[in-house]
Amino acid sequence: MYEIRFHGRGGQGAVTASKILAMAAFLENKWVTSFPFFGTERRGAPVTAFTRIDDQKIELRSQIYEPDAIIVLDRSLMKIVNVTEGLKSDGILVVNGKSGNLAETSRYRIGFVDATSIALRNGLGDPSHPIVNTAILGAFAKVSNIVSIESIKTATAEMAPSRKKENVNAVQEAYEETELN
Amino acid sequence: MESIQASRRIMTGNEAVATGVKLSRVKVISAYPITPQTTIVEELAEMVANGELDSKFIEVESEHSALASVIASELSGARSFTASSSHGILYMHENLHWASGMRAPLVMSVVNRAIGPPWNIWSEQTDTFNQRDTGWLQIYCESNQEAMDSVLLGYKIAENKSILLPVMNMLDAFTLSHTSEPVEIRSERTAYDYLGDLDLDFKLDFKNPGGYGSLLGPDGPFMEMKKDMRDSMYNSIKLIKREISNFNDQFEANLPGLTENFMMEDADYALITTGAISSTAKYTVRKLRAQGLKTGLIRLFFYRPFPGDDILKAVRGLKGLGVVERNVSYGQRGPTYEDVVSSLYGKADVPVRNYVVGLGGRDIRVKDYEKMFENLVETDGGMEWINVGVT
Amino acid sequence: MVIVPVAYLPTSSKELSSWRTSRPVIDYSKCTRCAICWKFCPDVAIDLSPDPSLSAPNDRFKALEAPRIDYDHCKGCGICAEECPFDAIAMVEEE
Ligand code: SF4
Ligand code: SF4
Repeated sequence: MYEIRFHGRGGQGAVTASKILAMAAFLENKWVTSFPFFGTERRGAPVTAFTRIDDQKIELRSQIYEPDAIIVLDRSLMKIVNVTEGLKSDGILVVNGKSGNLAETSRYRIGFVDATSIALRNGLGDPSHPIVNTAILGAFAKVSNIVSIESIKTATAEMAPSRKKENVNAVQEAYEETELN
Repeated sequence: MESIQASRRIMTGNEAVATGVKLSRVKVISAYPITPQTTIVEELAEMVANGELDSKFIEVESEHSALASVIASELSGARSFTASSSHGILYMHENLHWASGMRAPLVMSVVNRAIGPPWNIWSEQTDTFNQRDTGWLQIYCESNQEAMDSVLLGYKIAENKSILLPVMNMLDAFTLSHTSEPVEIRSERTAYDYLGDLDLDFKLDFKNPGGYGSLLGPDGPFMEMKKDMRDSMYNSIKLIKREISNFNDQFEANLPGLTENFMMEDADYALITTGAISSTAKYTVRKLRAQGLKTGLIRLFFYRPFPGDDILKAVRGLKGLGVVERNVSYGQRGPTYEDVVSSLYGKADVPVRNYVVGLGGRDIRVKDYEKMFENLVETDGGMEWINVGVT
Repeated sequence: MVIVPVAYLPTSSKELSSWRTSRPVIDYSKCTRCAICWKFCPDVAIDLSPDPSLSAPNDRFKALEAPRIDYDHCKGCGICAEECPFDAIAMVEEE
């Protein structure tokens, strides 16, 4: 079983990202679940969402405490939330941001992508609210080998509520522009 | 490998319920939105608005009125549906009795959510365990598949002329209601053939006016009617079993019986659970079995009527049984524990413990179930609060 | 088959006249046809229908719908007499 935890802020689309990733794995004939943890917070507050992927039907329904991968939609969250809590020692970390000094997390396999710029140049959201949830999945495809970029693009086209073409472009561009540590 | 996506779609529990309602060709829907049930109502309102579902959607100002509306529409012969949660279902309480007493074969989906104070929107089953004595059949779903299937099955059972009692099917807040997972969409054709049209012998009819639920004195058949409801509920056990196997045949499904026995054949220690928390319990049972402890699980799919005889059969030979409650009762042990113990009294010699878990949405983890099994092996008697005082 | 709490016997099938110890009697010469008695009667025992043969305070009132007590269903509670603003109803003791 492969477990992914998403960190974002209310309104950034972490919940949708967790669903698109589940859909992408489903298209590759995997069993999946995806679920949010809703806090009492609203727009702007930290939110988490989860995706589980397995070859068998998934029985575990608790939250994810020791994820295989962590996807951070907003780098500024790393100042207020310990996003890597519980991440497996050989885990994957995908961060929206230019590559930088993340010394304390260097034991992980890390991918950086400037998903905000990619989203904005594809017309997804505006500078105060860029919609980065599809671009970040392109980066995840690059860092991991859990789900193919093709499946993520197909799932994005199916599930993006609007601007399907732009979202698919953002996935592809993020895949190409991701920097690995 | 089986192709998972060929016949399935990814949907949340709430979307699965709405799809079940559509497959049941429900004619009247009335519901008042409340978190975490809201997306059921939104999805249905949208289906009605875009013509996908040929239903009348009645907007109301409260849950009490929502249920009153669908009692009336159901009794006029139109298959009707409502959904609620938590404080909404408490507010409906009076009309829950009216619905069952009027023998209105409604289906209502309830997303189980904690009851305040303190204010809390997360998962807990106290809201519907409080409705145990209202004459409704109760189904607790473990998956989104069951959330869809139990709407269809619910109408089939409710509308059976020798049952004619309403059915509520439950989904755990967020754990099912907002969790996306693969669900097999039942074929419309099969669903239509399976359910047919609602056919009531007595219905509200302007051409043949009658009085519903009029006053009856102590010597009127008031008491006889209550007995008849209780008899119908008890006798439904046989019919439900038949209907479930009929459902499984028609839809190539695999719903359990009123209970599901998981790895019970040679078990020494077992837990009884209801709802989606059963999945993590099964995971734990497998894990402990791999370590050599013979564990098992009985999942209550139906809580009313209470499948006491099925439990009695399943627990024979156990060294310890733990009844897990995601609800709270005051001044006595949990309601499921009471029901289990009264079903076993004088017939089975199994020590039974009672565990209270997951109130107000507190996450229930594998280690919590491990603790319960550990506790079962070591001691017997008493009630335990799991994962309390730990954050 | 289960027992369903539905009754097809109309309430009008039940005679209430035996409950009465006194009966309301309308003095049509005082009655303005305001229908207040009709509205208040808890047993729906007052009907309204035009009847020019009845007397009235003047001819204009004669053309209006007049109250008429249905003595099969009047239980003699006296509410109509109490509520009539023109004292047009008297309660008369039953024999
Ligand atoms: S006495 Fe009472 S029951 Fe009879 S007509 Fe008057 S109000 Fe009605
Ligand atoms: S209340 Fe009096 S005045 Fe008015 S209609 Fe009745 S009897 Fe006549």
